[in-house]
Amino acid sequence: MDLASRPLAAVLVSLLAVVLLPLFDRRPTVRETITFTAAALKLALVASMLPAVLAGQVIEGATLPLVAGLSLHLRVDAFGLLFALTASSLWLLTSVYSLGYLRATASTHQTSYYVSFAACLSATVGIAFAANLLTFFVCYEVLTLATYPLVVHARTPEALGAGRRYLVYTLGAGQVLLVAIVWAQSIAPGAEFTPGGFLAGRASTATLGILFALFIAGCGVKAAIMPLHGWLPAAMVAPTPVSALLHAVAVVKAGAFGVVRIVGYVFGVDTLRATGADIALMLIAAATILVASVRALGEDNLKRRLAYSTIGQLSYIVLGAAVGSVAALTGAMFHFAGHGFMKIAMFFSAGALHTEAHRDGVRGLDGLGRQMPMTMTAFALGACGLAGVPLLAGFIAKWNLGVGALEAGHVVLVGVLVTSGLFNVAYFFPIIYDAFFKAPSGQVREAGWPMVFPLGVTGAAALCLGVAPDLGFHFFTLARLAAESIVAGGGVPQ
Amino acid sequence: MSAHLPILIVVVPLVAALVVPLLGRRTPGVAHAVTLAALIFALVASGLVLARVVVDGVWRYQLGGWAPPWGIEYVVDPLSGGMMVLVSFLALAASTYAWSYLLATDPGRIGLFDSLYLLLVTGLLGIVATGDLFNLYVFLEISAIAAYALLAMGGDRATVATFRYLLIGTVGSSCYLLGTGYFYALTGTLNMADLTERLSGVGESPAMAVGIGLIVVGLAIKAAVFPFHGWQPDVYTYAPPPVTGFVAAAMTKVSAYAIFRVLYFVLGGTPVAASALVFLGGVGVLAILAGSWLALAQTDIRRMLAYSSVGQMGYIVLGFSIGSPIALVGALFHVLNHAVMKSCLFLVAGGVRWRTGFSSVASFVGMGRRMPLSMLAFAVAAVSMVGLPPTVGFFSKWYLLLGAFEARAWPGVAALVVSSGLSAVYFFRVLERTFVVSDDRLVATESRELPAGMLGPVLVLAAAGLLLGLFQQPLITHVIQRALPATVS
Repeated sequence: MDLASRPLAAVLVSLLAVVLLPLFDRRPTVRETITFTAAALKLALVASMLPAVLAGQVIEGATLPLVAGLSLHLRVDAFGLLFALTASSLWLLTSVYSLGYLRATASTHQTSYYVSFAACLSATVGIAFAANLLTFFVCYEVLTLATYPLVVHARTPEALGAGRRYLVYTLGAGQVLLVAIVWAQSIAPGAEFTPGGFLAGRASTATLGILFALFIAGCGVKAAIMPLHGWLPAAMVAPTPVSALLHAVAVVKAGAFGVVRIVGYVFGVDTLRATGADIALMLIAAATILVASVRALGEDNLKRRLAYSTIGQLSYIVLGAAVGSVAALTGAMFHFAGHGFMKIAMFFSAGALHTEAHRDGVRGLDGLGRQMPMTMTAFALGACGLAGVPLLAGFIAKWNLGVGALEAGHVVLVGVLVTSGLFNVAYFFPIIYDAFFKAPSGQVREAGWPMVFPLGVTGAAALCLGVAPDLGFHFFTLARLAAESIVAGGGVPQ
Repeated sequence: MSAHLPILIVVVPLVAALVVPLLGRRTPGVAHAVTLAALIFALVASGLVLARVVVDGVWRYQLGGWAPPWGIEYVVDPLSGGMMVLVSFLALAASTYAWSYLLATDPGRIGLFDSLYLLLVTGLLGIVATGDLFNLYVFLEISAIAAYALLAMGGDRATVATFRYLLIGTVGSSCYLLGTGYFYALTGTLNMADLTERLSGVGESPAMAVGIGLIVVGLAIKAAVFPFHGWQPDVYTYAPPPVTGFVAAAMTKVSAYAIFRVLYFVLGGTPVAASALVFLGGVGVLAILAGSWLALAQTDIRRMLAYSSVGQMGYIVLGFSIGSPIALVGALFHVLNHAVMKSCLFLVAGGVRWRTGFSSVASFVGMGRRMPLSMLAFAVAAVSMVGLPPTVGFFSKWYLLLGAFEARAWPGVAALVVSSGLSAVYFFRVLERTFVVSDDRLVATESRELPAGMLGPVLVLAAAGLLLGLFQQPLITHVIQRALPATVS
């Protein structure tokens, strides 16, 4: 298959699964085979574009022309590939995990679960490869719709409430984003994402400031920037694999991805500095990081604590985008992969605790480190990584963010990063302490291999990415390439 | 024969309408087959005519060889050709659906039903095809009278609702006729092209303003544009499902077409047309907000869909009012979107009522299990109504929004956004019950899926809603953009 058709194929392969899965409603084995095949093919297709992108190429994918100079257009650049690689590799692992989890919990509506999951992944890769705002928006809204069935999967009143809240937040934000995109379209007709932005000098500073605020309000809901985060902790009512992939990787990262695209590829860092919006964004991000840490400390439900941790970590990315230097952007972009692997390892562990030990809280985990060594080790690796312990993936992001902040002269932000790290220690380490250093109270065993294998792999990845950030998929190089292209500006011909 | 296609499109359904009642008494199957054949002919012929006018430009057909302005002229341009295809497609879909429904509920009246149905289609196709203001009135009345009879077939409450519609609708068509009279008095002609030419010599006058006011109000009543929509919710609620599925989709759109034709082609560019468009803009914004708001308050699904139509008609006239090429593309694309999707929604809602006896929003609990494919089609159409990608409704809204933005029509922008939010609430309220809320009592109940003859059209309409949006480019560049008046594009 030639390079140009691969981006579309990568999007469509899971959509094909969406069509096929309902036909095998009563045959779980076929259903799972389809899911794995689609996930594996998707990862293979996405990964096959890596050499070209690492060589500095930007892959032009399929274009579906509309009218008035608009089109639905896919294009693979380093940043998009970074996100797509993270999402599709974690989809494969999550599929394995789902297998174990859904069987362990004897879940109903499994077909709708797998269908929605596949649709979500199509949308996510579409978001990653979108070449313009319209394509981005189409995939962004499809993601909203495809996620809804997963949030309400349990069909309990609580799940329904969370689902409604989710729709109100995301669809409302979608309309705001739509207005912003239409506005940008009327200012710069037919423009596509350009490293360094395309809006510079096209409108007055005040207009651009308002437009930017609309964009951030639109993307900020999925990126869970405070005070737009209310849906995320509520959505933790979803099954754990959903929380793991969608609420640690696909959905929330789609929002953060949107923020970075808008900052780096629509406005450009310099334009933002001229409007003063970068400082505002920094303040919001820093406040989100700190407040989320405090809130996480107050949550006794493990998944909700993880959710608040996610809210804080996402704002690292937003912060990096707002600072806008090469180092800060590299850190922010690397955090897509780094946080993805670490947080999913922790969610996987939380799910194993739910199915095997029947624990959902942050207390009562005494001695589980000995009974479920893999699970709790993966959890500990994720937690240490998020706290920013060196040699783990989170440190790479934090270090680069810190360096970037110092370069840009924002010393206060380093303080924010350090404080947040301390809070991470405060809300994760008691769990680890209980698990490893207290005596066990009952008989609990490790979960089955479909759950242990993915959490082992992601836990190990949290470590490997910290020691060798370029191992495997070259996440660090991709982040660096993308960050440099944004700062240099105009890296892609129109 | 192909030289006479424009008139055959109207005449074949008309002749079939006369034949069908004779066949219907003994052999309803044959009667319906004739109906379908006539509608298929209309669809194919419309397609051929459209294909020709897209390539060769406007097709003027003189009835009986009498030259205009004395004779009646049929004028097919990409606008009317596109509308003909749309109307005959919807007619075919709803008529296919009607067979299984009628066979089960009222087999004795199939011939009568089909006859009236064909008359209605004749009227609507005639309105679209004609190039003569008075001839348009004739077809307006043909379609209206056939529609009154069809709509009243839904039972006692339908009769009362339709009688009210008859009174209000007659006021509407009388307004239109009076308006036409004013223009005849001013120019001495009824031919649209001729009228346009002669008006330039007449100049501005109060009579012209009154004439256009009457025409616009008359057509707005027919199109159920807020605040002239009073007849519509009851009629749509109580009519038989196959009728609502066609009338709600096609009739109001054809009236909207007539408004567009008069204001942009016949009177294009005149100051009175411009003031009428400003009026319609205000009305459109109010319609969008009021329709969505009232839809939110409904407990009966059909009434909710009816009020949703009021709002959607607002989208269309708002687009007309803005009048930039992109806004007009949006408005015409929205005509297509709303026609196809609302037809699908009403056909499913009617099917649900027929199969289960329920029509309240609350009773849709668990319907996703009992009628999975129908409800899937309903979901696609609902998402398109809300205007979410990747459905066609998103793209029409996108163009409307872009047009409103470029024209700095902020009330329009606000109305479109607010209405999207409100329609998301009232449609997701239904979808949540349909697919998510589970009721253990329903697990044992058997499937109530529609029979293939009714399911087929519904699925085709839903598929159109998914595909027309993504593969819109040929449609818009070849038909819709060429359908815009020369003064605009």
